[in-house]
Formats: sequence, structure tokens, C-alpha cells
Amino acid sequence: MCLGIPLKLVELNGAEAVGELNGIKRKIRIDLVKDVKIGDYVMVHAGFAIEIMKEEQAKEAIEILKELEGVI
Amino acid sequence: MLILGDEFISLSYGNGGKKTSRLIEELILPSLGNDQLNNLGDGAVLKISGDIAFSTDSFVIYPCFFPGGDIGKLSVCGTVNDLLMCGSVPKYLSLSFIIEEGFKLSELETIINSISATAAKAGVKIVTGDTKVVDKGHGHGIYINTSGIGERLPGISLGRERISVGDKVIVTGSVGNHGISILCARENLLEGDIESDCAPLNEPVEAILKYGNDVKILRDPTRGGVATTLNEFTEGMNFSIELVDEHIPVDSNVQTAADLLGLDPLYSANEGKILAVVSANVADKILEDLKKIDVSKSAAIIGEVVDYMPSKVILKTKFGGKRILDKLSYDILPRIC
Amino acid sequence: MKKDDEQLKKKLDYINCYENTINIMEVCGTHTVAISKFGFREVLNKNINLITGPGCPVCVTPAAYIDYIYKLSLNTDIIIATYGDMIRVPGSKPSISLENAKAKGAEIKIVYSSMDALKLAMENKNKKVVFLGIGFETTTPATAIAIKEALKLKVENFYVFSMHKIMEPAMRALLEDESLKIDAFLCPGHVATVLGKKGFEFLQEYNCLGVIAGFSEEDIIGGLYEIIDSFMKKDFDTKNAYKRVVEDDGNLLSREIINEVFTVKDDYWRGLGKIPSSGLTLKEQYNRFDIEQLYPLDIKDEDTYNGCQCGEVLKGKMKPNECKLFGTVCSPENPIGPCMVSGEGGCAAYYRYHL
Repeated sequence: MCLGIPLKLVELNGAEAVGELNGIKRKIRIDLVKDVKIGDYVMVHAGFAIEIMKEEQAKEAIEILKELEGVI
Repeated sequence: MLILGDEFISLSYGNGGKKTSRLIEELILPSLGNDQLNNLGDGAVLKISGDIAFSTDSFVIYPCFFPGGDIGKLSVCGTVNDLLMCGSVPKYLSLSFIIEEGFKLSELETIINSISATAAKAGVKIVTGDTKVVDKGHGHGIYINTSGIGERLPGISLGRERISVGDKVIVTGSVGNHGISILCARENLLEGDIESDCAPLNEPVEAILKYGNDVKILRDPTRGGVATTLNEFTEGMNFSIELVDEHIPVDSNVQTAADLLGLDPLYSANEGKILAVVSANVADKILEDLKKIDVSKSAAIIGEVVDYMPSKVILKTKFGGKRILDKLSYDILPRIC
Repeated sequence: MKKDDEQLKKKLDYINCYENTINIMEVCGTHTVAISKFGFREVLNKNINLITGPGCPVCVTPAAYIDYIYKLSLNTDIIIATYGDMIRVPGSKPSISLENAKAKGAEIKIVYSSMDALKLAMENKNKKVVFLGIGFETTTPATAIAIKEALKLKVENFYVFSMHKIMEPAMRALLEDESLKIDAFLCPGHVATVLGKKGFEFLQEYNCLGVIAGFSEEDIIGGLYEIIDSFMKKDFDTKNAYKRVVEDDGNLLSREIINEVFTVKDDYWRGLGKIPSSGLTLKEQYNRFDIEQLYPLDIKDEDTYNGCQCGEVLKGKMKPNECKLFGTVCSPENPIGPCMVSGEGGCAAYYRYHL
């Protein structure tokens, strides 16, 4: 039950935020992560950020995702 | 857009009377009119030479306006592309509307203009049609059926019985765009530019068919996506198709949206792509030709026809792992887990 | 192959150097699918057994719960809001599913987040909206927050049916089953974001190795590599191979929210039977959101159907293709048990992906 995807926070609005990846934006809830700021990367599951990711590692995750996409 | 002061379609627009006539005269003919259609006969009398291909498709897409197109554009592309996949030159379409009471005339106008523009691009004429109106609650806004006739190209024979071991599989661009774009539009889930790839495929089909007998089969991977369509090629046959995961083009934003929604682009519909199985010796040349055309600039060779595990489609993963790519057996449910 | 790929190929080769038989169980539906999708079983040597455990929350939901939801959904004043995974799961009979209920006129809406279900309740004040809360620790906080928000916004028509479960009791039950021999667990990466590495250290009581891993090919290879490396070095401390997301202490906020809204209860796991303290139910101060207060659920101890061996598969005692019904009567088109219907079920993954 673990489908999750890293998103970058581009807007903050109380308990809500907008996360972005590859031009796709999604409204998410950030109740479960403390002290986030714009530019932070979070792991998102079922519409909620469940953890903050460390930036270099988030970028690594995104690279991995890119490779998995099979884009040449 | 107003007809007789109306903003919305009412039941009387479908009863064949005055309002139906006004609809045809003020909305349909100005945009779609031609010699045959203007006659408004019970049917169109046409001149065709040689063998014909004939296809039909119904469009019930919701929402009817989506990024990259609308139901009108789709209704032309769908049938035109099916005719092209048969190895024919699309010539004539019929056009039937089933419109729900209360549908906005201005939206109908937009759809009709879309049909007109797409038909012009695809080189087809709308020669006969019909309009019905159903009670509110009995139709999702608008349904469209198009049926089409194309002239068979001489010397072209396409079918899965022509496929042989060693042939290559080409896709003319990135996969899954249409299905994922519609789901996003419908559920209002994501912001982002995922556009449907809906487009008429006359140019790339022409480019491929120049290679005559070296082309074994063409299919546009609509419902069920690339995975399902390739299974239609292999089912019950004595060959299988092996794909290379890394070679399959997927737009990064489509993959992200798919990941967020728990979907798989390989099972998501495409409305502007071709799957072609061709002889190995022409595959690279066909690819080169396809890349010169805008709608197929991201074409790629994604696999080949093999003989182990007959009647299956197999996906080779990055580290040499293999898995079966089964056909879609039910509505893909968005997964959370 | 790119440089990174070469590294991973080296790791795979290293894993395949291990000569002893080793049974590695994963208890996460997403791991089940990923392992099958990436075709790892084909590239690993046969002495390395990757076993699917009860990690798919849909698969371990008792048939009686499905029957209950089915009946609920046929009430004309109820809208069921659910994650997509639940729609096709069969209850005590193949014909009892939410998909069939929908065809009969039940209002069932697929949602991608618990907050969508709350929104649905706010937009449909004349109906009761029942959100099916299913999942392990990763997903439970989402349900808890929706309930808290419903309380705050005074949404009177929002209800939850909690089928949430916790992982540890089931893992302990499997380790205490003498007929199973689990050498290591590939621990679920996102459950671990909540529980932390500490949350899996209980495995050390059983001399069982636990390695937390993520879900990409690289993550899974990395997790398996850590397992084999640990066995080679005879170091059985719990490890974290998903450091970019999982902290040692996990996410305290998530655990607090779960504890605020839910309390532990004994619960039934399809195929495993009753496991004490393994399920979650709403605490008394939140039980006005519990649909079971309005529509009580009656569950008997045993639920079975003829020939279905999901239970054995879920325990890892049997491979999917060893079940008599697999591929014959039972297939994704006609699933008999939840392991086949859920996209993440061991049987479905096996059927869809395996050569």
C-alpha cells in the first residue's frame, strides 16, 4: 500500500500545498510533515506528504524515475 | 451562438421539424457543407474506384472538451485512423449526433468547427449525417458516431498472419498520453500540460506504406493501450513479441501523472499513434522517414517478433528480467497501493 | 549500460554469489508488484526465494467485510467513497463486489485521497458518505486527518469504515509459525517512513533480518544486496536501505495522529485468521464517524470458499501457481479470491507478469 512519488513544494497554504514534478502539479496535504518550505521535496502518498526528502536524494529519486520512464 | 433565440438544445431540435432544419442550415452546413452534404438527401451517392475499406466508431468521451482536442476532433481522427490502418485512403465520413437536452449550442458550434477543421486536415468529407436529441439525464452531453469509407491502396496487404519472426515493432511516438490526459481532465486531479495526442495519421501512414510488402500490420493502440493492441497481434499465433522497456518512449509528465494516479502508460489509450510491424531490413529507414514528420518525430523501434513463448507479449526490463505484458482485461483501476 | 547500471549489475551478481537457500519475504503490495514487474525472479538464482507475504491490505480483508460494504452500498442514502483497489474484490461469493453493486445502482465513487471523500460528503449533504479506510500505517494517518477535519468543519454526514491494520502482529505471527522459515524480510519502505527503522527492530528478537527498501529497481536491488551482504557477514541487525525517505525514528507526527484517532483491536486477516491487536478502530471520542455504530458488522470466525487458497499464498506457504484454481477457474477476468483481484495480490502479479 505504498505507491508514493516525490514532489517539489511550489505553493504553501496552511494544511494544503501544491507539489510539482515534470510540469505536473497536484494539491496535497502537509499535515504530516513539519516545518516545510517552498522548494522542499516530499514523498507523497494518497494525497498526503508523508515525509520530507533530502534534496540531493530527492533529485536522485527523480533521476531514477526518469530512467524508469524509458525516455531516450 | 443562438438559433431562434435559443442558447441550449431542446428536444424539438431532434424532431425533424423547423428547429432541426435551422440547426442544419445555421450550424452544420456553414461549417461542414459540401456538394453531397448540401443535398441533404437520405443518403450520399458517391463515386469510388476499386476496393474500399469501411469502418465505424462511436464516441462517448467525457469530458467532451479536453486538453489537446474535443469529441469532435476525436470523432474524425478515430474513424480516419482506423481506415488508414486498413491500408486505405480515407475519403468520406458519415456523422451522427446524439445530443442531450440542455446541451449548449455554443459548445455544439465549437465541436462542429473542430470536426470541420480535422476533416480538412485528414482530407475527408462529411457526406451524410443525422441528429437526435434525448431527454436530459439520458446521455452524457453529446455522443457521436462516425462511419467512414476509404479507397484501398493497391498492392497493400496488412494483417497479423503476415507477421514473421525477426520483424521489428515500431511505435510512432510517446505512449499513454490520451488516456491519462482524459482521466486527469475528468477527475480534475492534476494541473499540468498533459494533452491528448489526438491527431489524424495520414502522413506517417503514407510514409510507412511506401515500403509496400515489408509492412505487415498497422494498428492504432486506442482502448487498452499498446499492451492490449500488441496482444491482439500475438493471441493464438505461433510467435510472440518481445519489447525492450527502455526503448518505449513515455513523456515524463505522463509518467509522473501515471505514477501519481497508480496507472500504467502501456495500458492507457492513444489517439494519435501507430504500432507498425515491419521487416527488419527496412525498420531503420522507416524510422528515419517517420522522424521527419511532426506527429511521429518521437518514433522508436520498441521490440521484435520472436518465437519463444508463442502468443504472448513479453517485456524485457533493464537488468535482463522479463515479464509478461498481458492484455487489459478490465478497467484499469487507479491504484493507491 | 550506463555507469549506474553497471553498479547495479555488479550488485545483482554479488547477490547471486550467495549459495545457501534463503527465504526472503516481502510484506508490501507495492513490493509484490515491483518484484514481478522488474522480473527479478528470473535474474536471481533459484536458491534465493522471494516470497510474497500478506502485504496487500485489500488481499487480507475478510470476505465478511466485503459483504458488509456491498450491503451498505445498496442503501439509497449512502455513497461509498473508496480507493480504486477495492472495487473488484469479491466477498463470500464472486458476485458480491462493489463493481456489481454499482451496476445495480449503488453510488460508489473512486477517490484518490481521504480528503476527496470528505469533500464528497460536504457536496452531498443529503447522503451519508462512507469512506473505506484501508491500508497499513502509511495510509492510516490520511484517514485520521480526514476525520479530524470532519470534526473541525462539523461535517455530519461523513463516516468511515475502518479496515486499517498494523503490520507488526502479522509479521510476528508469521515468524511464530513453525512451518514457515523466513530468513529475512524486505520491509515496506513507506510503512517505514511512519515506523522508522526502530519500528522493525523487533525482528531481531526472532534472529530475523529486516531491511527497509524502496520501490524502484535500484531500491529493490539495493535492499536485496543489503540482505545478502548481511548474511555473508552474519550481521542480523535491522537495516535501512531507503535512507532518502526513512529516518531511524520514523514520523512521530504520523504515529501521534494515528494514536489520537484510532485504538488497537483484534482483527481478522483473510487467510491468516484472527490476529490479536492487529487492527485499528476509531476511539470513543470519534466513534460518531464510525459507520459500524449505525450499521453493526457481524463477523464469524471463518470465511472460506471452495478451493481458494489465498490464505496459504498470503502466508508464503504456497506459490500462486501451485493453487489448483490458479489460471483455470481463477484469473484476473474471473477472480475467486482477493489475491487475484487486487492488482497487488501475489496471484495477480504472478499471473500478469510471470513467464
